[in-house]
Amino acid sequence: MKITKKDVEHVATLARLRFDEGEVELFTDQLNKIMEYFEKLKNVDTTGVVPSTHAVDLSNAFREDAVKKSLPSDESLKNAPDSEQTFFKVPKIIEV
Amino acid sequence: MEFETIIGLEVHAQMLTETKIFCGCSTEFGQKPNSLSCPVCLGMPGVLPVLNRKVVEHALKTAIATNCSINKYNRFARKNYFYPDLPKGYQISQFELPIAVDGFVDIEVKNKKILKRIGITRIHMEEDAGKLLHQLDGISSESSYVDYNRTGVPLMEIVSEPDMRSPEEAGEYLRILRSVLQYLDVCDGNMEQGSFRCDANVSLRPKGREELGTKVELKNMNSFRHVEKALEYEIQRQQDMLEEGETIVQETRLWDESGGVTFSMRSKEEAHDYRYFPDPDLVPIVIEDSWLQEIKGQLPELPKEKVERFIKQYGIPEYDAGILSSNRQIADYFEQCTGIYHKPKSISNWIMGDILRNLGDTREIDNFPVTPKHLAGMLELIDKGTISGKIAKTVFEEMFTSGKMPEEIIRKKGLVQMSDQNEIEKVIGEIIDRNAEAVEEYRQGKEKIFGFFVGLVMKATQGRANPKIVNEILRRKLAG
Repeated sequence: MKITKKDVEHVATLARLRFDEGEVELFTDQLNKIMEYFEKLKNVDTTGVVPSTHAVDLSNAFREDAVKKSLPSDESLKNAPDSEQTFFKVPKIIEV
Repeated sequence: MEFETIIGLEVHAQMLTETKIFCGCSTEFGQKPNSLSCPVCLGMPGVLPVLNRKVVEHALKTAIATNCSINKYNRFARKNYFYPDLPKGYQISQFELPIAVDGFVDIEVKNKKILKRIGITRIHMEEDAGKLLHQLDGISSESSYVDYNRTGVPLMEIVSEPDMRSPEEAGEYLRILRSVLQYLDVCDGNMEQGSFRCDANVSLRPKGREELGTKVELKNMNSFRHVEKALEYEIQRQQDMLEEGETIVQETRLWDESGGVTFSMRSKEEAHDYRYFPDPDLVPIVIEDSWLQEIKGQLPELPKEKVERFIKQYGIPEYDAGILSSNRQIADYFEQCTGIYHKPKSISNWIMGDILRNLGDTREIDNFPVTPKHLAGMLELIDKGTISGKIAKTVFEEMFTSGKMPEEIIRKKGLVQMSDQNEIEKVIGEIIDRNAEAVEEYRQGKEKIFGFFVGLVMKATQGRANPKIVNEILRRKLAG
């Protein structure tokens, strides 16, 4: 699979990032190099191996439904670029 | 051209838990903004979500009650998108391996005469997003405001097959589904507060055609009535367009409650691309048979089973059983009454009449001032002839406003039925004397004015006279 400049632009849009033409070329090139590693991995024979999504073979890690103390709102808001009362303040969102 | 309507529904049900899905923050409603959040639900770097066991149990109960197949191996996935109500930049949801698939519920359509099966495509667990406000204290500004208290509250998304053919069927499906969730005690079903939310997919196709038309997604309906109204509007809109030869655009439209119309949410140029992938922070869920058996053992009697039992056990009509069972608390109330009073049909009549009328839309019978004891006591008094059915209405009103027991009300208000022959004869005698003209008319054969005399007697006795005795004496006296 080859990454095109269009792919990079698309992912950048989804990530709300803006790149200039040089950057798009640079990242396209770098991403394609990364993809080459996967091409190498593809050569490994995986017949009969179950696909895995996790590095450790664990399942069912649960917690009980018991309330723990939350952060006080001033603590939660400490890293907020902007706030009003106890709300996080963000640029106006019209579109959903 | 005749069109067929195709409707599928997506329900987001907030699960009844004490804590959020992946952290110990409380799910309590209406608290100070951002007072119920922590590093996990705020998406701080380096934190790990841990799944609330109760969320899985609620989903399993729902899956069993809606006849689904359970995916014994299921897992969470990340749904990636940027929006300020989502602090992590992704929502933890389920994608290719949801907890349950392929179920159904049966609804009654065409005046409850036909049973129709509505397929359930899938049920999955996910976290809710935060709440966005576009104005603060009623003032609009250049900013939006975010409250993350709701972020991470557990949701169940229940997706139906496109099996409904009219807004009424959609409404009926929602009512049945909500009642099941309420019976299971997994969701409170409150649409206005947003704990039971519904999006609808609707399309039209010429009758007889197999291929589906372009669908439109409707959002922002916060009551059953509005779901039906929004669908009706949208169906008409699409039909008008198709008849004019126009093309339906696949889009999301919002229901505007006050205007009674749907309008297009400006669709993004870029199609949704959520780039789902298995969430590496959460281990897979394996549903062991023993766990499933344990959950099955905890299931309460469901509405359909209750209806059947009520008909059999209490000998009440199916209609009554259906209404009484539509809400678990009302069904319990009915059964408490039957424990202390022996005529189930009389109880049912009063519940379906005066009680439901006074209960209002919330249907919260647990705090209703007229308790089963009040109602049963009043029905006993009617049976004993102490009060008439008509007086009972007054007694009921009084019980409702004051919460007093029926005996006390009739004693204090002097509502005891007048059954004394002599007393009633005296009243009737006076009325006959004062209405000589009418008496003459009656005797000339104008018998339909009999009711006029009954009315006068009831008025003179403030409705307390025993109607049976009044009728007897009146007939005798009027005959002359």
